[in-house]
Amino acid sequence: MKKEDIIKAGTVVYERPRLLTDNITHYCPGCSHGVVHRLIAEILDEMDLADRAVGVAPVGCAVFAYNYIDVDWVEAAHGRAPAVATAISRLNPDNVVFTYQGDGDLAAIGTAETIHAANRGENIVIVFINNAIYGMTGGQMAPTTLLGQKTATTPYGRTAALNGYPIKMSDILATLDGTCYVTRQAVHTPAAVRKAKSALKKAFANAAAKKGTSVVEIVSTCNSGWKLTPDQSNKWMAEHMFEKYPLGDLKNID
Amino acid sequence: MAKIKGAVVIDINRCKGCDLCVVACPVDVLELQPKEVNDRGYHYAYDKNPEACIGCASCATVCPDGCFTVYRIVCDKQ
Amino acid sequence: MEEEVRLMKGNEAIAHAAIRYGVDGYFGYPITPQSEILETLEAEMPWETTGMVVLQAESEVAAINMVYGGAASGKAVMTSSSSPGVSLKQEGISYIAASELPALIINVMRGGPGLGTIQPSQADYFQATKGGGHGDYHLIVLAPATVQEMADFVALGFDLAFKYRNPAMILADGIVGQMMEKVVLPPYRPRRTDEEIARQCPWATTGRHGRDHRNVVTSLELESHKMEENNIRFQQTYDLIARNEVRYKEYHTDDAEYLIVAFGSVARICLKAIEEAREAGIKVGLLRPITLWPFPTERIAGLSHQVKGILVVELNAGQMIEDVRLAAECRVPVCHFGRMGGIVPNPTEVITAFNQNFREK
Repeated sequence: MKKEDIIKAGTVVYERPRLLTDNITHYCPGCSHGVVHRLIAEILDEMDLADRAVGVAPVGCAVFAYNYIDVDWVEAAHGRAPAVATAISRLNPDNVVFTYQGDGDLAAIGTAETIHAANRGENIVIVFINNAIYGMTGGQMAPTTLLGQKTATTPYGRTAALNGYPIKMSDILATLDGTCYVTRQAVHTPAAVRKAKSALKKAFANAAAKKGTSVVEIVSTCNSGWKLTPDQSNKWMAEHMFEKYPLGDLKNID
Repeated sequence: MAKIKGAVVIDINRCKGCDLCVVACPVDVLELQPKEVNDRGYHYAYDKNPEACIGCASCATVCPDGCFTVYRIVCDKQ
Repeated sequence: MEEEVRLMKGNEAIAHAAIRYGVDGYFGYPITPQSEILETLEAEMPWETTGMVVLQAESEVAAINMVYGGAASGKAVMTSSSSPGVSLKQEGISYIAASELPALIINVMRGGPGLGTIQPSQADYFQATKGGGHGDYHLIVLAPATVQEMADFVALGFDLAFKYRNPAMILADGIVGQMMEKVVLPPYRPRRTDEEIARQCPWATTGRHGRDHRNVVTSLELESHKMEENNIRFQQTYDLIARNEVRYKEYHTDDAEYLIVAFGSVARICLKAIEEAREAGIKVGLLRPITLWPFPTERIAGLSHQVKGILVVELNAGQMIEDVRLAAECRVPVCHFGRMGGIVPNPTEVITAFNQNFREK
């Protein structure tokens, strides 16, 4: 059977989600952001949330997230997305509000806003992209950078004596009474992407049901920052990142 | 005996040639163009062995740029 | 409910006025001398009556970013703080201004710099009127002198903020925040409905709800020519505000040979000083700017043709005097009298300063 005949007679098993805009992303080839954006677009469409969703974009590589997912967005100052989302959610309780933040945004400059929004149990989804590096500014050390990992500001590798330890924000957030769901996922294989999608779906369902704060950490790659190919990055991540940041649910209150 | 056949359509101008789909494909359908580039200079992905495609959508699932449309058909084996 | 006459502190008046105006949300963090605003709102529980959201944030930084988020969704939102806390809010205020969002920020000033003192001051004039945070922007700055104005300027501040899609600030001092006076509180008006907000604020990020395009609130624009266009648009708004919204009050300026310029509660001290001076036969007038930005430049310029000298009295080392000097364009001597560190001068000190500058030379 020819390709043309399959296309003609077959069923579409996958197509670009309707809620992704036509804009070509500014992300580097192979960047995990693109996959996570796509999943959010798929989920918002499948859950019929496009009209109620409001995203809060961070400062970092995902600063232009609002150019790619076709829902209302507010672009927050660095680290303040959970505070911005708090107000939108409280003032517009019918909206489903989510933040999309990197590790620098969420776990360094925005630590206070993240912890306190989660501790208040704001009905929001926090999507946390943890790639252990500052991508946008050129590959500097992040709070989640692994010990020994080389970055632009730890050129000889991160040391505990000089830079402290990689912070496990999801573990911290899971201890707070305000969070209902905290999970750590990845998007490096088809199976991982499917799991991450169900996790995100659960998180958005929680927000819609006003169950409290859901945190979906995606252990991600930054192949430009890590100076590896996209495939090498995935392998490096599986080999090194998952040991410090193991995948799976940290908290799940149904 | 029924056999599943698949096909992919790739938006080549969206493709950044990251190679993740090539790695993810279980039946070795895809490859990056060795010489040709798209409008933005990337060696884009294409289906080198289209007849091998089983329509599993692994390529689409890992694609960061939403380049793939995947079709599938169940046909009788002849 | 109807208007109501009450005796209360300026800070409390702001809280009551906010509820009665139909404010949608208040986000604050305790700091002396303005904590009564948050305390009063929490005690009044407006979420039970008008539906107003009141939230004690984890920091001033979080509070202003909550205001940013709320304003982005088209709601009437506000925060209050005092000098050190307002410094913390500056980044957020810059974002709000750059995103062309309406919001109300209240600064009940205390003495600085640094942690300074909890006593009254007017030392944040530069910060409030010249931008405060990064980038070229202006707030609409209102300076109340009475508890009544503390209440009235909540409505005025929001009206102007929504009219021009620009944040407004009530720049009060610790005296007017803590002082108790009679105040007429306005009648309650209902908060705007979602439909009214959608009509008034078609740019608001309320969720698409059938809209054919997404709304995005952002201050980011990496294309230089577009960012310049944005800046030009902001400046056009500021020009419009400067043309339309200058507010001030004059006392005894008709026949004045000298002029005092003072804002906020200090203007009341100066008014007393002027009355005493007039009893002694010295014809002094007072101009009290109500909007510190836009500044009553034209009127002061006009008066500078009439008077022999201008004394600017402030609770700082000399800030508003720069704007007065620009207005007077060296036509007459412009002198300064200020106290700092939380000290408030009495009318006699003002008269002494006036005499030292203009009578004994």
